[in-house]
Parts: sequence; structure tokens; C-alpha cells
Amino acid sequence: MTDITSIALSVGFMAVLGSVLASILVLANKRLFVYEDPRIDDVEDLLPRANCGACGSPGCRPFAEGLIDGTFEPAQCTVNSKETNELIADYLGVDLGAQEKRVARLACAGGSHVAFIRASYAGMNSCRAAALVSGGGKGCSWGCLGMGDCADVCDFAAISMNKYGLPVVSEDLCTACNDCVEVCPKDLFELHSINEQLFVACKNLEKGEEAENECEVICTACERCAVDSPEGLIEIRNNLAVIDYSKNDLASRVAIERCPTGAIVWFDKQGGYQVGKDAKKIIRKEMLPIG
Amino acid sequence: MGLLNLFKRARTFRHGVHPMDHKEQTAHLAIKRLPFAPKVYVPLAQHIGAPAVALVKPGQEVVRGEPIAEAGGFVSVPMHAPVTGIVRSIDHLVPTAAGPKTPAIVIETYEAATQEVLYGLDQDLDTLTRDELIKAVQASGMVGLGGAAFPSHVKLLPPEGKIIETLIINGCECEPYLTCDHRVMLEQTDRLIAGIRTIMRATGARQAIIGVEDNKLDAVKAIRDKLPAGEAISCDAVETKYPQGAEKMLIKSLLNREVPSGGLPVDIGVAVYNVGTMAQLGELIPRSRGLIERVVTVSGPGVAKPGNYLVPIGTPLRFLMEQVGSSSEANEVIVGGPMMGMTVASLDVPVTKGLSGVVVFEEEAEDQQERPVYPCIKCGACLDACPINLNPSMLGQLASVRQYDVMAADFHLNDCFECGCCSYVCPSNIPLTQYFRIAKAVNREARAAAA
Repeated sequence: MTDITSIALSVGFMAVLGSVLASILVLANKRLFVYEDPRIDDVEDLLPRANCGACGSPGCRPFAEGLIDGTFEPAQCTVNSKETNELIADYLGVDLGAQEKRVARLACAGGSHVAFIRASYAGMNSCRAAALVSGGGKGCSWGCLGMGDCADVCDFAAISMNKYGLPVVSEDLCTACNDCVEVCPKDLFELHSINEQLFVACKNLEKGEEAENECEVICTACERCAVDSPEGLIEIRNNLAVIDYSKNDLASRVAIERCPTGAIVWFDKQGGYQVGKDAKKIIRKEMLPIG
Repeated sequence: MGLLNLFKRARTFRHGVHPMDHKEQTAHLAIKRLPFAPKVYVPLAQHIGAPAVALVKPGQEVVRGEPIAEAGGFVSVPMHAPVTGIVRSIDHLVPTAAGPKTPAIVIETYEAATQEVLYGLDQDLDTLTRDELIKAVQASGMVGLGGAAFPSHVKLLPPEGKIIETLIINGCECEPYLTCDHRVMLEQTDRLIAGIRTIMRATGARQAIIGVEDNKLDAVKAIRDKLPAGEAISCDAVETKYPQGAEKMLIKSLLNREVPSGGLPVDIGVAVYNVGTMAQLGELIPRSRGLIERVVTVSGPGVAKPGNYLVPIGTPLRFLMEQVGSSSEANEVIVGGPMMGMTVASLDVPVTKGLSGVVVFEEEAEDQQERPVYPCIKCGACLDACPINLNPSMLGQLASVRQYDVMAADFHLNDCFECGCCSYVCPSNIPLTQYFRIAKAVNREARAAAA
């Protein structure tokens, strides 16, 4: 065989092979084609891509798919600005939808100036680690340990630690993504609509004097809030005042005026909270001694 | 013979560490009884499994040894009154070494009472069937006294299709400072052997081996002297090494067999019990009594009168500390041993069934000072220390980036029994064991949330 024929043979063979494989690809492209709505990509571009999960879907792309098939409404993305969400609504021709702004709230008001620390913890600087060593050394074994696991985990810098070691949630920045709720070893964070203004900032299950020995801002289960609350709004369960938010319309500032310790608070819509006028005043500014 | 022993290799497992044992403080001190605390706090959940259910009411008088709570299920045990006195509360919340507060029965001790155990009837063990024996063990409220506090009767009933051939009695006591099991083996040898015979009948095991670390050869001799020739019970010395007393390590040392990953000793036909558990059973079962007190080693640099004390269950640590002459100020108090034990944040924690020792450190002690944590230098010291051949270095790096599910799925996190060898040898002071405990806690929560 001469060189020319062997070259011709191989070129011909490759050409035939190429066209056979190409036709398989063409066929596969036709037969196995999956139609994907091009709007999904467009909508996803308008989403924050934080994949935070605050909307209830696992990430931004599933949320975009949900927007198109109508399971979600644009307003459910709490990270986007209202304008961007309106843009999405316009683009898809759907209603913006109404989404109440939700925020994370900490069910503990026991900063280091009011809550007693029984033992000092020295070790890995993480609430989760401290909680595993005899509960972390705080007298109240339900209370915030103050090492800031929640501030670390927050993707939106909405949580900062104040000088008493309590996390402060910025209601503007909070997207209610649930990360702090999951990370807290004491389960102290709860997500609430900003219309749910009455809040029990305590989780201690002890009663009366035992509770007061642990912290100055504590629910002592004195029942004053429950006694004159509108029907069923507040009740004492396991020595702790519990608010039934399905009756949120009945909530008023009366309950905080009844609380002698200031463990029940009223969030105003500007992000701050107030305790009642009769709640024990905390004038101490420094940390309580350990022991 | 003595010379030959030099060449004989002690029975042991691979890896592990050799911490200073500090046992000389208390090993020679006989078990002593302490005065009764003015109030005892008996937590309803001081064992693994369902909490016990209170049988008494506030204001009720109880005599020492009387049942005060019944088992809350099969994996649960009853509680018995540790003192004669009056019940003050049945849901008082007491702090625990584990962290969350837990409800406890509070009994105020009658000062004038004789504190004699009047409860219980003699029973002839030979007439009892196997099921009756298992019931008798549960009724005694017995849990693993070595520290795990797993209800003893549950291990007597192997799952369908499995049998217990060998009983291993754990007298290693590999934790530094602790000597309560050592004293029990020396002083309660007869009860120990009686207990083993009972449990052999209850399980149908053909042989029983008592494993003792070779720093307690006096205990080995004391037990061998009491064992008649031809008995199916034997006593063997194993190498003094931490964690020899972990059940999987002891099985490896004595039988040269490994418990499969994720499995239990019963999967290879073995059940492991602590010597303290056996000695208490040998005492309690023939008289159908309940577990109301246990031997606790109180030791460490912060104690004026260290020793092995017989302490009623529910005695607050504060009272115990006062009795042994330790100031409660500025001390670190560990329940259990220093390797696997738990620092307590409050001295209101009561003595529970699984509490084998209390070690008190003064804050100034050199090795208690905070040491900086450096990055992993990949020296592999932790791999050489891990008794179950895990890769603590890799696990630690995964933990620092919170890949907890990968740790469990690909690196056998759940086989780790938190012995602490890796943290002990780490030259960078990385708190590896703490990382793993966090990872396990997070995984547990995730599983509970999924269910």
C-alpha cells in the first residue's frame, strides 16, 4: 500500500466515523431534549443568589422555578429590595404578593450584667462547644451563652454582639433565613413577623425564687401577664409565659406593664423594644462577678 | 517464672496513650462511708434511656432502699430512696454535668433515723428462671457503674439470633486518679464473684474473664485466690494503657477480636460489665434490694482528704466537697476521670449512678492554664494515638469547616467514643475531641429534626 492510499483510507474512515457519531449526537439532541423555560435564567439573574433558604425553597434557582409555576410569589424573597421584586413581578406578569417582614428574635435578655455566671468557661470560643461542657457555666441553663455563634453564621451581618454578650438583631438587615435558629445550641432564636410585637424574651423553666437566683430579667412564672390577658393570648406552660400568636390581634402593651422583671417586651416597628414602666430597673452597667 | 514474665508481652491493643495515673493518692485507702447529706437530689434521668417515673408524692416519708420511682420503659430503671426521710419535691430542677437541668426527687434526711436498709426480701437465686433474673436486675435499678450508666438488664437480653458466649468484666480503670474499682476488687471480691455467677446464669455465657490493668496486680491476685480451680471465671492482667477500659479495646486485648464498625460487643457474642456493677449486683440481687449508694473516688490536687467513699446517690457535690476538705472557691471540679469526665459548672450537681469519681484541680495548676491553639502541622500524632484507627487530623479539619455530615458519612465519626487520646497528644493543642462532640451533637439534632 502506498502512502497516498493509507492517508486517503484514514481520512475517509475518520470522515465516516465522524459523520456517524455526529448523526447520533443530532438524534440524541432531538430525542432527549429537555425544554427549560428561558425565564428561569432571567429570573435567577434578578435574585440575590445567596441561597439562604429564607423563602422556603432550598436555593435561588428552585425559587425561580417556583415563581414561574406559581408556587411562590416574588415578595417571598426577603433579601431582594422591593424594587427588584417588582421588576420580577413585572417581568413574569404576576402579582408581587404580600410578604410580612419576618425577623429573628432572641428569647433571652440575660446579658452579663443581669444573669449570674456560676463558673467561668475556658476553651473553644463557641457556644456549641461551651454548651457541651456542663451547659456553659451560666446559672440559667436555658440562657444565651454569648459567644456569638449566631453572629458568625449570619450571612447578612444582621447580628452583632452587644457589650453584655447578647446578640442584637438588626431588623433592617435580617432576612429571616433561619441560620441563627439552627446554629443556636440553646434554641433561643425564633422567627417572627414584625407585626408580632409582644414577645417573651426568656426560656427559663424554673419558678419564683429559683428563677430569680439565676437572672434579674427572667420569667418567674408569676402569672401576672396571663391573669389579665385577653382570652388565651398568654398562658403559663411549664413555668414559662407562652404567647399564642394566632391571637396576635389581641396583643397589647398591657402584658409588659404587668411583668415585674421585664422579661416580656414590646417590639416597636423601628427595631427597638421596650419593657413596662413597672419592670425592675437595671442600672448596673458592668458585668456581674462570677460565682 | 518471674524472669520469664519479662519476655512475655502484656495483652493489649494498638495505639493509645500513657497519661500519668496519679492513683497513688487514693489506691491504698480503704472504702469509707461518708455522713448523709441533709438533702439528697435523685434525678429521674440519670441513666441512658427513658427517665424513671416518680412513685412518691411531696410530703411522703420514705425509708432507705424503698422504691421511689419506677422504670419508664424497658430501657429504663427504677430509683430507690438513698436515705430515710421525707420527700420534699418530685420535680425540682437540678443542674447536671451534661448541661440541661433535669427534674429530681428531693428527700430531706431524717437526722435521727438509723439509715438501716430495711427494704427487700432474701431470694434464692437458684430457683429463679432467666427471665426472672433479668427482671430482678432491672428491679435493682442497676446501670453500668463504670460511667456509661446504661441499664444493665438490657445487655442481658441479646437481640434475636445473637447469643452471649463470653462475659468480660472490666476492672481496668484506665482513667487517671480513679481507684474505686481497684478498691472494690480488693475489698468486695466475694460479692464480685457472686455477681459474675449470677450474670453468667442470666446470659448463659460459658466463660467470664475479668480484665485488670497490670498496675493492679494485687487485685488480680486477690481475685485469683478466691477463684476455685476449674471455674469458668478467670482473671487476666492487661497492659496499663489508656483507654484499656473502653469495652472495645478490652475485648481486643483479651480475645484479640474486634467489634465491627457501628456494632456492639454482642455482635461477636460478648457482653462487657464493670467490676463495680458486678459487685453491687452480687450484694443486691440475693436480697432483692435497689442501688442506693456507690463507691466514688474523690481525688486530685484540690482535695485535703482524698479517698474512696461510699456515697448515697443524690448527694450534692457541694456536700461531698465539704466532707473531703476542698474549698469550693476557684477550683475546677471534674466528674468522672480527667480524660473522659466532664467539668461541672455548679456544685449543686448530685452524685448519680454513673459517677465514678470526682477530681478537683486548683486553678493555678500549670497544665490547667489556657494554652493557645495552633494550626494542624499534619504530624500524625493523633493517628498514632487513636485506638480505633480513625483519622482525627482529617476529622478535625472537616469539623473546622462544619462538614459534619461528611465526617459521619466518610470518616466514621460515629465510631469515635471520645476517649480524648487525640487531643491529649496534639502538639498544636487542637481540641479535637471537643470538635467531634460538637459534630455528633449537631448530627444528632439534624437527625431528630429530620425524623
